[in-house]
This record gives sequence, structure tokens and C-alpha cells, in this order.
Amino acid sequence: MSLLTVSGSPHVHADESVRKIMYGVLISLVPAMLVSFYFFGLGAIIVTLTAVVSCVVFEFLIQKYLIKGPVTICDGSAIITGVLLAFNVPSNLPLWIVVVGSFVAIGMGKMTFGGLGKNPFNPALVGRVFMMISFPVQMTTWPKPIPLNTQLTDVVTGPTALAVVKDGVGRGEKVSELLPKVPEYMDLFIGNMGGSLGEISAIALILGGLYMLVRKIITWHIPVSYIGSVFIFTGILWWVNPDIYVDPVFHLITGGLMLGAIYMATDMVTSPMTPKGMLIFGIGCGVLTVVIRVFGAYPEGVSFAILIMNAFVPIIDRAFKPKRFGEEVKNG
Amino acid sequence: MNEIVLYSVLSIGGLGTLMAIVLYIVAQRFKVIEDPRIDTVEERLPGANCGGCGYAGCRNFAEEIVKAGSLDGFNCPPGGSETMKEIADALGLEAEEQEPMVAVVRCSGSLEAAPPKTRFEGLNTCAFAHSLYAGRSGCPYGCLGEGDCVVSCAFDAMYMDKDTGLPVIIEENCVACGACVKACPRDIIELRKKGKKSRRIFVSCINKEKGGVARKNCKVACIGCGKCVKECKFDAITLEDNLAYIDFNKCTLCRKCPPVCPTGAIHEVNLPPRKVKEKKEEDSKEA
Amino acid sequence: MKTFKLGGVHPPENKFSEKQPVEILPVPESVSIPLAQHLGVPANPVVKKGDKVKTGQLIAKGEAFISANIHSSVTGTVTKIDDVIDTSGYRKKAIIIKTEEDEWDGSIDTSDNLIKECNLSREDIVKKINEMGIVGMGGAAFPSHVKLMVPKGKKAEYFLINGVECEPYLTADHRLMLEKGEELMVGITIQMKALGVDKAIIGIENNKPDAIEYIGKLAQEYKGISVEPLKIKYPQGAEKQLIKALINREVPSGKLPIEVGCVVHNVGTAFAVYEAVQKNKPLIERIITVTGSNIEKPCNLMVRIGSPVAALIEVAGGLPDNPGKVISGGPMMGKALNDLDVPVTKGTSGILVFSKKQSGRVPEITCIRCGKCVNTCPMALEPFFLALLVDKQRFEDCEENMIMDCMECGSCHFVCPSGRPLLDSIRVGKSNVGKMIRERSDK
Repeated sequence: MSLLTVSGSPHVHADESVRKIMYGVLISLVPAMLVSFYFFGLGAIIVTLTAVVSCVVFEFLIQKYLIKGPVTICDGSAIITGVLLAFNVPSNLPLWIVVVGSFVAIGMGKMTFGGLGKNPFNPALVGRVFMMISFPVQMTTWPKPIPLNTQLTDVVTGPTALAVVKDGVGRGEKVSELLPKVPEYMDLFIGNMGGSLGEISAIALILGGLYMLVRKIITWHIPVSYIGSVFIFTGILWWVNPDIYVDPVFHLITGGLMLGAIYMATDMVTSPMTPKGMLIFGIGCGVLTVVIRVFGAYPEGVSFAILIMNAFVPIIDRAFKPKRFGEEVKNG
Repeated sequence: MNEIVLYSVLSIGGLGTLMAIVLYIVAQRFKVIEDPRIDTVEERLPGANCGGCGYAGCRNFAEEIVKAGSLDGFNCPPGGSETMKEIADALGLEAEEQEPMVAVVRCSGSLEAAPPKTRFEGLNTCAFAHSLYAGRSGCPYGCLGEGDCVVSCAFDAMYMDKDTGLPVIIEENCVACGACVKACPRDIIELRKKGKKSRRIFVSCINKEKGGVARKNCKVACIGCGKCVKECKFDAITLEDNLAYIDFNKCTLCRKCPPVCPTGAIHEVNLPPRKVKEKKEEDSKEA
Repeated sequence: MKTFKLGGVHPPENKFSEKQPVEILPVPESVSIPLAQHLGVPANPVVKKGDKVKTGQLIAKGEAFISANIHSSVTGTVTKIDDVIDTSGYRKKAIIIKTEEDEWDGSIDTSDNLIKECNLSREDIVKKINEMGIVGMGGAAFPSHVKLMVPKGKKAEYFLINGVECEPYLTADHRLMLEKGEELMVGITIQMKALGVDKAIIGIENNKPDAIEYIGKLAQEYKGISVEPLKIKYPQGAEKQLIKALINREVPSGKLPIEVGCVVHNVGTAFAVYEAVQKNKPLIERIITVTGSNIEKPCNLMVRIGSPVAALIEVAGGLPDNPGKVISGGPMMGKALNDLDVPVTKGTSGILVFSKKQSGRVPEITCIRCGKCVNTCPMALEPFFLALLVDKQRFEDCEENMIMDCMECGSCHFVCPSGRPLLDSIRVGKSNVGKMIRERSDK
């Protein structure tokens, strides 16, 4: 007779694994990916592929030859980093920059800290911010969307809607005069605007987010508190002076807010673990985003906001413990 | 351009000076006056913070020595008598001579001698395995083989033998700090006197079950038959709860007990191999 | 539908044996009755080697306050009092009896008649329960009479009956409710009288509609007893969670249910109380589910305490080829056995046989900080953090983070996508913190 196994309870396990979670995230990214392929054409496909392949290859090389540990590229986390990195860059970005960005994302953002689960900062955002600071011109040359474009060069470029408003306000123009210069709200919502690959279509990102919610990969806390706090904060500003502050809906559907709130901020590794902590984290991200967007030098502040809040995660985790069951509430 | 250089130098220099002053004031104000002898003692300690002395690290040990003003009851196992002597010299005190000790694993229930009856899965620590069940062989006293002792060893003096499933102590490295003794949830490891030329005889089993039960799980268990007790002329062996124990203070290494043990639970370490002839003589004498 | 709010999981139910009526397991050739079957101090044997005992005769007396009497489950001769491997995985003292023809102790009413009337006073009921060695039959085996003695200054308002059976696979309580409904009701009435309460609620999970209907119908005839269907969620059968689900009160950390005016008993216990008080029958047999996906004939058996697990598996079609794990209890909280001669005790609710494939654990990888363990912990602890603290041997911090509130339901390990043995670590931590607390109180 074979030996009986002795182990502690529980003796059953949920049908859940890291790999399933990662591929679940990838599936949820498909709608946004399709939208970007539709509006930016071949360029988008090539950038996405380059980012994914280089992220996986860098992870493999580092794990195999530098750390000399087990190779875990199959868990899908490097693929997600690649896709998210591609989502954060314009479709006409020179490919070598994409490769450099991938290296920074995987090498500096993730493997330096010991790989999956140990990185304090979202690797894709580390890569993105690195590229943003190192190659500002290339990173802010946004191609205008041309549906089903197969051409690689000669695309028309232009600023993002956020940049238009920011520059205009900076020159002293009124918001009401500037709004006609940007696409209609409906277009912004669907994704027919210039911008980074994955951030353009709010609707596709929300769809993906809903899928992740249903699969219980993410919880509602971070996206809702993040988007909600941006809405409220910009709403207050708009209410104070609608001439220089643009309305909150505009803030929600432009820039990288949806991508950041649904995918970047909810990254399991770099977000707090307790529901209360998640709410605080989301609110922090929201407030910082608005501060950077409205008062800062950059037109977009999502990546910086999330990276800054990432640094606070250990403190948040420590400070906001869940309310224990049966914890004495008030004696009275 | 010159102005910029000037301002930079001035501001940075000024800032530096200011900070230095603040630091100086703070350092003066919050100065803790410590006995310089504590440092003297600490310098002479190995600095491994192993806790073998029973204090929280080397610094704490040094503080306690200086506070006590004598070396009675203090011993640094890794440093041994040499270190204690150095400390005694530095402080002008007397040091007791401490006999060197070594850790001994008192279980021989290898995978072969005590074949596993179950497969363990879960958190790979002895502490957990101990809370879960009696052990792979069914012996509730034997080694669990998850290696908590090896993890606790700060001196690289232990490793897990894959073939036997038991921890092995590398005598040269062992400083008898006692970390493994504390780590073992079953108290299998004991600190024993190193003895002359590191020669030792000990019972390599701590099973207190009845002989038959112990034997069922493990071929090399002490079954409490008492033959060794009868054999020993120095009263060094005691039998309690079906288990023999050799007192290392009384044992003279006469080597009479190992051959009479029916299960071979009494181990000799570092003793020269027995001459076959001698053994025959002994046997004939007995007969 | 009611349920508790915080955390919880829903493991696949796999209740294979829910339609199988309770069969009676033949009395085995020899039984070994452990002296420590209950929480608290082990009982002291009052028989010695060679004594003849009748079924239902007292063989060990629980002398301490938290302890329970033990009765012989068979008729026969005491062959020895020796150490036997029990569910804990260790050898513990047990009375071994070689069986002869079954002859029940004369004081026991062995007929099937339902006796509804009970004229005993409150104190007498509790005394009777104490004498008959009744313990909680949900798993923890806490002596029942202790629960029924309401401490001074506290008042019980509700008597809650746990018919939840939230553990997957197990169906013993389900069958009991269907087959012994009337007796159960009388048992509940008796305990309500002992506690001096006029409200009793039976909580039953929604996956047992037949039991809800049947018990609900019966309850109409009894004053003060009501049935509450509950949403399916593990660990609803845990005392504190059941109280939260049924009457929405939270038992404070480290306190007993009586703090919020409740006493909770399992349906099995309520039935045992009926038999003890009305029929004078001690706790010597219980219903046990024998199941597993590879078991030929999953069934519910009425088993004499002390029967070897192997005998139960034999009746259920024998051990399948290549068994991987045999568990005493349910898959979430049960103990894996290291020997098949382990005797059945008062707290055994099921025997579960897993194949080799089922018994393996998910390979362990690094924590990805997904927070699922935090969200599923019904006590709102942070299992990942506790496990980390235990690995770092920081037991003071463990205590501060309320590690002792953990009831070892296993939800955290169940959901962990990285397959980390969170509960294993927490158990080590709990035993260390427990030691720390004891040392402190000794000082």
C-alpha cells in the first residue's frame, strides 16, 4: 500500500492559481487592445508585441543567468507588464525605446527586488516613467487615430486632449473656448482620440474592469475610490471656477485615468491588502493625479500619482488594519 | 556665473555648519554615559549574537558581566575558555575553566532504520510537523527531519543528511551555543561534554515508549532493557521511563556498554575502531 | 437570506451521501475507547484489565470541571488500558475492550418510543447530561453540561442549534435531522428548559431544502422553536459566525457566546441530550459520514464509539486503490490520519478518503499580495501577515494582531492562489503565543 499523506487542514484548495489570475487579467485587457489596434493600426500591434516579447525575454535572461533561480516566465506576469507598458506609450514610439523601457520595467522595476510579489512599484509604470523622463519628445508625440491604419510612418501627430486644455489654460484661454478643439465626449469615451495605446478607450477599459470584478481578480475599492475622488476633486474645482478648471467628466474619460485606476493601481503586488487600505490608496492616487494634472508641470499625472502611492503601501497596510470580528467597538 | 558659484558654496557650506552645530548639541545633550569596560568586553566576544550565553546578544552579555563584576555563571560557548580568559584578563577577574561542549543528535531513526509510514506535506518546519502528528515513522520522540535545527545554526555546523533524513553536526564548527537545542521541538539535541579528543559515548535515542512499541517503529530505538546499566561499573547509566541515559560526567569511555546494546542505540564517537581480537577475548571472558 | 457578513468561502459541496439513510455498523471485534475524546482534562478509568463491562456502563469518569464521562460502547472484557494512536496523530491512553454479545445496561431504555414529557428540574437535566458524558458533536467535543451552566451574572436569551453542516462532503447532521426530527425537537425543548430560554432557532443551510421543510413543519408544534434557512457559506457552522448569521450579534474577541446571551449546540448534541435525558442512554454511538469521490458506496453510519476507522471504510466499499489521504472530519478542518486503526471518537463527524491526486497540495510559490486571504478571513485577520510574523518568530506581534482569534477554518489557505500554507504557519504561531500567554499568567 502506498503511504498515506499527512498534512494540516484544509485538505481542499480553491480552483485558483497565480497563473489563472494573470491570464484572467490578460483576457480582460483584450477589449482595450482591440480598440488600440483599430485606431492606431499596425503600429500598435508592433509596439505591443515588442514590449511583450522583450519583457518576457528580459525576465527569462535575468532569472536564468543573473539570479540563476527558477524560471517563471510562464506565470504570465511578464506578459502583463509588457502589455501594460505598451498601453502606456504612443504607437509611433521607436522600437528601441520600447525595448529599453521593457528592460527598465523588468530589470529595475521587478527583478531587482526579487521578482514577482516583491516589487514595491508597479513595473510597467517604472518603465513608463523612465521613458517619459528620458525620451520626453518621443513619448509625447501622440499620433492621431486613423481607423485600421496599416501605414507605419507619416501619421499625423497632435497633443492629447488633456495637453490641449492645460496649454490653453496656461495661455489664459477659457475652458469653454478650448473644448471645441478636443474631440467630442462620446469620441473620448469610445477612444477616438490621440494618446497612449491602451488609455484611449474608457469603455473598453471599463469592460475589462468589470470582467476582473466578476472573476474576483480585483475588488471595487481601488477603482471606485480612485475615480470617485478624481471626480469629486475636479468637480469642486470646476464648481469654484469653470473658466480655468475643466469639468470632472472630461477628467474621467481623458488621459490614463481609466487605465491607471483599473489596471495600474489595482496591481495586486503594489497595492494595499486590506479593504480600508485600498480605499485610502485610491483616494491618495486620485488627489495626487488631480494635483499633478491641474497644478503640476505635466498634463498627465496618473503614473506619478500611482508610483508615489505605491511607496506608501507598507505604511497604509500597517496603519489600516481591518476591523476584526468581535472587536470591542464602544463600551457604552 | 561667479555669483552662482558663490551663493552655492555659501548656502551649502552654511547649511553644513548649521547641521554640524545641531548634531553636536544633540549629541552632547543626549549623551549616554556608558562604562567603557562594556566595550572592552564586547570587543573580545565573537560577535555572532547567537544567544548561547543566555543573554540577548553579545552586547547584552558584556553589559551583564560588567554589572555583575565577576565571571561566575557567565560563559560564552562559541568563544570557549579562551575568550573567557581574555575577558578575565582585561577586567582583572578570575575565569572558571569551562569544559568545551558539543551538540549531539540523539536520534538514529534514519529512513532505513525507521521507515516512513506516512508522507508529510505542508509547512516544512519541525514546529508544525510536531503539532500535526507523531512523525513519519510513527515514533513520537524521533527526529521529524524538517531541519529547524539546521536553520537555527549560525555557525554552519549542521546539515541535513538526505540519505538518512537526520541532521548531522559538524563538530569542528559546533560551538555549543545551544540554538539547535532550543529549536528542536522534541529536545532531541543535547549539549554534551566534548571529552578528550572529542571522544564520546551516548544513547542515541530518547524514546520513552515501551520497548515493543518503540521497536515497532524504529530498529535502533532504546528499548529500556537495562543491559547497559548492568554492564556499567561507574553508575554512569541510568534507566528511567524505558530509556537509558549516560551521564557524561561519570562516563569513563570504558566502551563496555555499546556491544551489549541489543538495538545498537549506544553510539561511540571518534573512538578508535575496536580490535576484533579484543572483542573476542571480552566475549570469551563473559562466557 | 441570512448569513454572516465578513469573509467566508464556498468550497464545492460534494455531498455524495446526502440521500443515504443511516445504516448501523456491526459491532466490531474490539474497540479502543480513548480517554481524551473531549476538550479539557482526560477522564480517569474506573475499570481495570479483565473487568467485564456492559454496553452503556461507565468506564471512565471525568472528574475535572471541564471533562466528560466515558461509557463502554460494547459489551465485553477490558483487555488492557494502553496507548493507542488517535486522531491527534499521537499515542494516547485508551481502554481496549474485546467484544462479546451485545447486552445493554439495564437502566437504558432501548425502545424506539418517543417520550415527549420531561419532568426533571433544570439542575437535574444538566446533571443527567453530565453523567451521560455528552459532548459537542460538531467536532471540538466541548463538554455539553459546561455550556448549559450559565455563569452568574449572565443570562441566556437564545438557544441556537447548528444544523448548518457547512463542511463539504459531510451529511451526518443532515440525515440526523431527516430521520430523528421528533427526538431532536424534544432534545431542544429539554435544553431550552435547562437554560431557561423561550427562544430557540435552528440554522440550516440552504443546500438542505428537505431538512428545512421537515424540521420547519415539526417546529410549528413546538413553542418557541423556529427554523432559519441560511445562505450557503463556509464557515457558517462556526459558533461565532452562526450567532452573527442568526441573530446578528458579534461575540467579543476571546469571549464565549454567553456574553451575547446565546448558547449554541449542534443538532447531534441536541439528539444525544434527548437520548441521555429521556432514555437514560449515554453517548456511546454517533452518526458518521463515510465518503470520498473514490469511495464505492458513500454512506452514513451509526457507529459505536471506539470502532476502528478501517471498519467504517470497509462497510463503505473498502479502501480504493491508491488512497492518498484519510481524513477524520471534513475537508476544511478535519485531521489527516496517519493510521487506519485510529478509533472513532465522540467528535468524529466523518471519514473522508481522498485519492492520491486529491491529497496533494498546490505547489507553493511566492506571495503576490493579492489580499484574498484578508478578504476571506471570517474573523477579519490578516493571514498573510500573521504567517510572515510567525516565520520571523515575532510572536508578540502575532498576539497584537489577534492570532488567537483564528479558529483555523482554513479559508485563507483554501483561497491562496500561491498555495501558501498560511494556516500551517498560523498554527505554529498560535501554539507559541498560547505558550507565551500561559507563562505570563503563571508568573
